[in-house]
Amino acid sequence: MTVTEPKPRYKYVGTRPVRHDGLEKVTGRARFAADLNLPGQLHGIVVRSPHAHARITSIDTSEAEAMPGVKAVITSEDFPAVAPGHRQYDMCVNVIARDKVFYEGHALAAVAASTRDQAQAAAAAVKVEYEVLPAVLTIDQALAPDAPVLHAHMMTAGANPPAEEASNISNITRFSSGTDMDAGFAEADLVMEREFTTRPVHQGYIEPHACVADTGQDGHTTIWCSSQGHFNVRSSTATLLGWENTRIRVIPAEIGGGFGGKTTIYLEPLAVALSAKAGRPVKMVMTRDEVFRATGPAPGTKLRIKLGAQSDGNLVAGDAYLIYTNGAYAGPGGLLGAMTVFESYNIPHFDIEALDVVINTARSAAYRAPAAPLTAYAMETLLDEVAEELGIDAMELRLKNAVTEGEPSTMGFPFARIGFVECLEAVRDHPHFSAPLGPNQGRGLAAGYWFNIGESSSATVNLNEDGTATVVTGSPDIGGSRASMALMAAEELGIDPMDIRPVVGDTEAVGFTDITEGSRATFATGMAVVEACRKMVVELRGRAAKMMGVDVDDVDWVDGQAVYTGSDSDKDPLSVADICAKAKRTGGPLTATGSLEAHGAGPGFAVHLCDVEVDPETGVVRVVRYTASQDAGTAIHPSYVEGQIQGGVAQGVGWALNEEYIYDSDGVMENPSFLDYRVPVASDLPMIDAIIVEVPNPAHPYGVRGVGETGIVPPIPAVANAIYDATGCRIRDLPMSPIRVLEAITANGGSNGS
Amino acid sequence: MLSAMKYASPTTVAEAVDLLGSEPDARVYAGATDLIPQIRAGRPEPNVMVDLKRIERLCAISSSGSTYTVGAATPTADICAHDGLAAAFPGLVEASGLIGSDQIQSRSSWGGNLANASPAADTPPSLIVNDARAVIAGPGGERTVAAADVATGPGTTSLGPGELIVEFELDEPPARTADAYLRLIPRTEMDIAVVGVAARVTLDGDGKVAAAAIALGAVAPTVVRVPDAEAALIGNEPAGDALAAVEAAASAATNPIDDKRGTVAYRRQVAGVLARRAVSIAAERARERGGQS
Amino acid sequence: MSRVHVTCTINGDPAEFLCDGGQTLLDALRDEVGLTGAKEGCGTGDCGACSIVMDGRLLCSCLVLAPEAEGTSISTVEGMATGDDLHPLQQCFLEGAALQCGVCTPGFLVAAKALLDRNPDPTETEIRYGLAGNLCRCTGYDKIVRAVQAAAERLSG
Repeated sequence: MTVTEPKPRYKYVGTRPVRHDGLEKVTGRARFAADLNLPGQLHGIVVRSPHAHARITSIDTSEAEAMPGVKAVITSEDFPAVAPGHRQYDMCVNVIARDKVFYEGHALAAVAASTRDQAQAAAAAVKVEYEVLPAVLTIDQALAPDAPVLHAHMMTAGANPPAEEASNISNITRFSSGTDMDAGFAEADLVMEREFTTRPVHQGYIEPHACVADTGQDGHTTIWCSSQGHFNVRSSTATLLGWENTRIRVIPAEIGGGFGGKTTIYLEPLAVALSAKAGRPVKMVMTRDEVFRATGPAPGTKLRIKLGAQSDGNLVAGDAYLIYTNGAYAGPGGLLGAMTVFESYNIPHFDIEALDVVINTARSAAYRAPAAPLTAYAMETLLDEVAEELGIDAMELRLKNAVTEGEPSTMGFPFARIGFVECLEAVRDHPHFSAPLGPNQGRGLAAGYWFNIGESSSATVNLNEDGTATVVTGSPDIGGSRASMALMAAEELGIDPMDIRPVVGDTEAVGFTDITEGSRATFATGMAVVEACRKMVVELRGRAAKMMGVDVDDVDWVDGQAVYTGSDSDKDPLSVADICAKAKRTGGPLTATGSLEAHGAGPGFAVHLCDVEVDPETGVVRVVRYTASQDAGTAIHPSYVEGQIQGGVAQGVGWALNEEYIYDSDGVMENPSFLDYRVPVASDLPMIDAIIVEVPNPAHPYGVRGVGETGIVPPIPAVANAIYDATGCRIRDLPMSPIRVLEAITANGGSNGS
Repeated sequence: MLSAMKYASPTTVAEAVDLLGSEPDARVYAGATDLIPQIRAGRPEPNVMVDLKRIERLCAISSSGSTYTVGAATPTADICAHDGLAAAFPGLVEASGLIGSDQIQSRSSWGGNLANASPAADTPPSLIVNDARAVIAGPGGERTVAAADVATGPGTTSLGPGELIVEFELDEPPARTADAYLRLIPRTEMDIAVVGVAARVTLDGDGKVAAAAIALGAVAPTVVRVPDAEAALIGNEPAGDALAAVEAAASAATNPIDDKRGTVAYRRQVAGVLARRAVSIAAERARERGGQS
Repeated sequence: MSRVHVTCTINGDPAEFLCDGGQTLLDALRDEVGLTGAKEGCGTGDCGACSIVMDGRLLCSCLVLAPEAEGTSISTVEGMATGDDLHPLQQCFLEGAALQCGVCTPGFLVAAKALLDRNPDPTETEIRYGLAGNLCRCTGYDKIVRAVQAAAERLSG
């Protein structure tokens, strides 16, 4: 179902062709990083810390080096020194630990051998001596007055007054309306304050990290890998190795999911260093256990929000105190939380303080709208409480306070055209909104916001001799973006999308392109494709004018044809194929590029409605119906927009109900498998009704807003509000597992089915 | 992983027993659905992996008179597809079908589920309430023991050196008898039981309980029988106070631990709930079966 | 140490390979036979990305030892299409946008085919439970379930 406002009629944009890379993916032929093998290849294995916090006193690799099949062993000694203050210090010492290890699973050495078994045996024979240090495992421990300080150099950024001693707080963010908060809350008829806690969760991509690196004798290396941004792999690897970018070529393999977790690197510099040392290609593939222990969790949090509202539902004041753990290194969780917590609503008096805190767990990586699902959990459940207390419908309360075009965001900029109200209305008008509920069922409503980003993108359009086109971009296709690029190019050039081959080019085949993150690929890289195509159309008109022997100003581009508009005589229109066929005689190959820094990524809003059924005697929660609206601006390929929404819902429901990192008292992860880290399976979910709302983004030629992230923002509070509706229990601690739900129901005096 | 191990696939029980006797550190397996993940997680590698699935007797289902014989390595998918077993032991077959995904069902077996000796295994409680017997082969020949006597603790069994489970024997239940199995998992599939409860009920002609057996999984080092609950049912209709007594007795019989999958309090409370529900389902089935057996 | 010689049938063709005694069938298919359609997502039977069918049984090939394949008949995703003709499941996955990153897709297709072979007209619930052993982190399963429903209809029509 799609809600549209009047928009240009497009021939291809908005259609649902089969994706260009689909055939390879349904036949098993698509090459993911672990599917690649090179002649003479060695297998690399990482040596990892068993301790959450320890000083490395010695590493003895001699025994490992002497073992059968072993061709290279590396430690941090094989990389240039980095010092705190280096631009990518954290990334560097996370990829391979220097003097200290900061979490269980922290890489500190690597081995390459002829077989994986030999490499594993040798990795086990690397002798590491540690001085084990007390581990800091929770936010409270990190902030305790006598807490062990992880990083002696960590002086809190943003502290006022400036920090004088090192601490575990990496950063403090403060956003404020600059108004008198006491006066703001004094305007309120109702003030409510609530606290929430959440635990780290993993992105859970099905493909473990993998790469193959082949370093030649000339000191140049080629890396095949699975990442969300191969230019980032290049620069990060170069930084770690102290090399120039030009020595590294990164060829993107198909990527088996990332969700933000593949926006940073782990293996590639190790593989390159091993390959350089051994003089052979080296393949490295993580196990699932390694993925869980050493990559990407999203932050855990402690959140406190206070809201003031007037009796008519008007929000007047909001105070937020947000603490995010980013694992062992500085991270942006708190900053991003601060940027999202109050952004959806008009709150004239606001004060937001956010702390980023380091603890001895794996370094956090981005996860789909990083930080926002947690601020939404707090804000959107508290809004429900405010609505109930005031006797106002939860939908009405949101409609009343929702931000609209021209209103200032808490970040200080005025919103351009946005579709929050439209998303609310789409859900309000959906049959689900008023459908009856069964016994022990409850319904929850929640909204979500993500700002989306632009960044750098490049595209090249090459027209082929037969009139078909190749569109090369630098954005790894993580969920159907090739099809979107082809559709936009088809619309511009006027040729069938199936006559366009969308390609993800390697770092030497296309201009610099930032990571596929921030929901930017279809937005920003799409803009680069459009720019390249528009340049191409200018060129095509010129070539056609030559062929026709007329002035270029008398040639228009209409429906994929050069059409003569002058009055001299009749000229037959020329198709792309006609012009391509004569390209040699009109000026040579037809190629055009677009490269840009994209601005104006339109914010994305989403509104979700969730029905749950709770077993009041066991606390088991089942999601029985789900409807999600989201503003896509313009849906280039609606099926993949729906897919992004549906996928975000599934991840959010998992986060709400069952996903969490569990550590023992020493900081060792206890559930590093898909058996005990419980992502939703097919039988856990109902169909997810995705409503695409289209409020075009004025900054994009087709009105695109990124859609990749916003969909994960509302599910946690939607589920929480539904559980409340079903049980009368507010659960402010994630995940809302059967244990916590039953505890809450029991504490509440038993079941309270509605 | 694993590459140094040898693989053997005997075709007779005698051959398998000989292998276990002659190869130090050989290990039998049926589905390997527990064993391979355990080895990947760091459990010491056996020297020889002895695959039992090529031994016909270990993969066969047969019945003779009133006794069913089920090979210890028979895939649970085959057990679930067997009409006779499904009719006679609906709870045991349900428990069998709950072990993992369809993919796992192709490999999981009663023998493996029991010999792996996980306290949370799904089929042992149901095997126990149905008085299943395990036929065990070893260097000294074959012996038959109650299924209840195989697991002795988490990961440990009463199997002697060189012994393996060959098959299970189950007697056709008497009239007005049926079983049920319920388990609690956070998701709908793919989880290890946080609590599992098997119940078997025999009704008399008046609808009162003539015999009952209740066994709990995942709440103690081994499966726990609940004699107090069984006693509370006998002579009563399986309803009202009797069910309340079942719930209380089941909770009281637990000896659980706090771990990553559940808490003591949760397991205790939910064991009672599931016991009450499982008895109700078993009794309802027993009523439906009437005089059939 | 000497390796084990295995003779079997893969996707209808006779095949042989050498493997280690403790090597998994998944590794043998990928590294010895060169069929990389089956993926390792977990190595513990929890994600289904390595699903194959051996002698009519749907399996996680990461939990099968390669020597077990001796004398068996194996089907992988690479054998689903007949020449250029895609299996209806493959066609419906494409048309229904039932894949995003695509790494779980081979396992889903193999498992869905096994499901439909056994139960040609499954309910939505049967499809969801039948595919519960296959994890997808991208799609939320909605379009996968719909694609299987569409394929079931196409196969019976």
